[in-house]
Amino acid sequence: MDWTRILTNVAGEFFAPTTAAYALAAIGLNIHFGLTGLLNMGQAGFMLLGAYGFAIATIAGWPLWAAVLIAIAAATIFALILGIPTLKLRGDYLAIVTIAAAEIVRLVGRSTALTELTGASSGLRGNQYKDTFQDASPFDDGTWALGPFEYAVNASNSWWIRIVGWLVVALACLLVWLLIRSPWGRVLKGIREDEDAVRSLGKNVYSYKMQALVLGGVIGSLAGILYVLPRAVQPDSMGRSMTFFIWTILLLGGAATVFGPVLGSIIFWAVLAVVKLTLRDVVPTTILRSEQIEQFGWIIVGVALMVLIIFRPQGILGDKKELAINAH
Amino acid sequence: MPTEPSPAATDARAAVAAALRDVPHVPGAPKPDPVLIADDVRRMFGGVNAVDVDHVEVQRGAITALIGPNGAGKTTFFNLLTGFDKPNSGKWTFDGRSLGGVAAARVARAGMVRTFQLTKALNRMTVMENMRLGATAQPGENLFAALVPAVWRPREKAITEQAEELLARFKLDTKRDDFAGSLSGGQRKLLEMARALMAKPQMIMLDEPMAGVNPALTQSLLGHIQALRDDGTTVLFVEHDMHMVRHISDWVIVMTEGRIVAEGPPDSVMNNPAVIDAYLGAHHDTDLGDDALLDDAVLEQLRTEDEEAR
Repeated sequence: MDWTRILTNVAGEFFAPTTAAYALAAIGLNIHFGLTGLLNMGQAGFMLLGAYGFAIATIAGWPLWAAVLIAIAAATIFALILGIPTLKLRGDYLAIVTIAAAEIVRLVGRSTALTELTGASSGLRGNQYKDTFQDASPFDDGTWALGPFEYAVNASNSWWIRIVGWLVVALACLLVWLLIRSPWGRVLKGIREDEDAVRSLGKNVYSYKMQALVLGGVIGSLAGILYVLPRAVQPDSMGRSMTFFIWTILLLGGAATVFGPVLGSIIFWAVLAVVKLTLRDVVPTTILRSEQIEQFGWIIVGVALMVLIIFRPQGILGDKKELAINAH
Repeated sequence: MPTEPSPAATDARAAVAAALRDVPHVPGAPKPDPVLIADDVRRMFGGVNAVDVDHVEVQRGAITALIGPNGAGKTTFFNLLTGFDKPNSGKWTFDGRSLGGVAAARVARAGMVRTFQLTKALNRMTVMENMRLGATAQPGENLFAALVPAVWRPREKAITEQAEELLARFKLDTKRDDFAGSLSGGQRKLLEMARALMAKPQMIMLDEPMAGVNPALTQSLLGHIQALRDDGTTVLFVEHDMHMVRHISDWVIVMTEGRIVAEGPPDSVMNNPAVIDAYLGAHHDTDLGDDALLDDAVLEQLRTEDEEAR
């Protein structure tokens, strides 16, 4: 068994663009759930909208910054549409509406009626919308190796996307760090605990919940752009299972913490890589074929999520004492 | 063993008593200086008229008690006035401003802050964070200003000082950094009241402030409520503890079945036959904890009832 290769691959997951994209999506979800207590079960919908917005605008010839703005605007409008009818109701309604709305986005995206715009179920190929992003790179083309890690500098799964991706993640962490310690974050935390109490203190709860929903959704849409830049916009790869991976990542790292989503994403993808690569080496193909190993990995995710909720509900970085007080 | 009232307290109480001297003891009586005036407030739950108040006025700067049997509509009336529920009809003004149909948060900002019968301490926040949340005019509660600490730090400092003062007054200063959920029920009541005071409200509405509070703490809570009046705050509270009502209120309003049936100073109201029939019962002055109730005849009767039930 080639341990060096496995370990190198696993270490590569630590800073892969996908890991950054999921970390960013989980940061957005953390603003919804960890800070405000909103049950958003459709974060993948925000990501897919962001991805579509960015890709379609770029294909239409818009510059990079405008395409990103389109993605942000799409997520904002989506959040408003979801929030206006549901945020005045009990929390469960938002969960139901978001999971349905995310599916609607995916199903509309893959419908043949929109083939010219979205490419229907085959999606949009990466080459169609990658250029503006790659052209923005200040580096020369080619490949570059850092120790065992060798990637293209600008093309596709590149160093450039890694740098930008993790920079955006860092900025999002800084944003959450600032907000969580601010009076604004305090109001959100109060809403998470008891809306009526916060209302009785003169705060417009509805407006705060809306702000949180929009902000987390916009961060989700940026994650969507990061996610599709090294690959293609595939509506079916950004469905319910993606939302649940993001939830697993958030709960693993610890909701309501600053670095929980980042740590969660790194651990999630690294462990998944360890399991898959090891199984591929160890288990003969007569017992588990390669695509079955892929499926087995997802089974592990489900079991891990259950074990986590039962034995460490506060996640790795969460404050156990804070969670222990459960007087609702 | 009530503590000796301070001179300021006696003055405030005497002033309120003087102002209310000529007010007739009838439901809906006009007050010389009302801060809250409500007219025709109605709320139906199905076919039941939960609240059906024709007219009521609350005197500024006084402690007014709202009493009545369970299900009389006291809490519903509170919810309506504070915007937590919507009436079927009715209008009311607070300090000259019409507040009918106004959202709860705006009612609170107008200066009418309430507490809840089932305490709503924010359990997974510290006592200090609870207090800070009660403050008003914190620019950092705006999303964009929140990102620039320099904008909100000065106000935060002032808020913290105010909170520390209040916590000291309510004897919660040692719990400053504990999670609110780790406090006892009575301490949470105190915290909720202190938090409401952070907004420096003109009027505070307390829904059963004494429920579940031990006798020693009751004593200090009474003191706090009287101190509020002495500072010029109007207090309206719902309470079932008649000793407390008699002890601190300047005016009592009695509700049954959604209507206001009697009004007046505590002594006069509690001798009102209508109130005794509807709410207090003929023996409201007897101590039900009296050992006399445990005599043989009573015990025998209880035993018979018990056997019949089987």
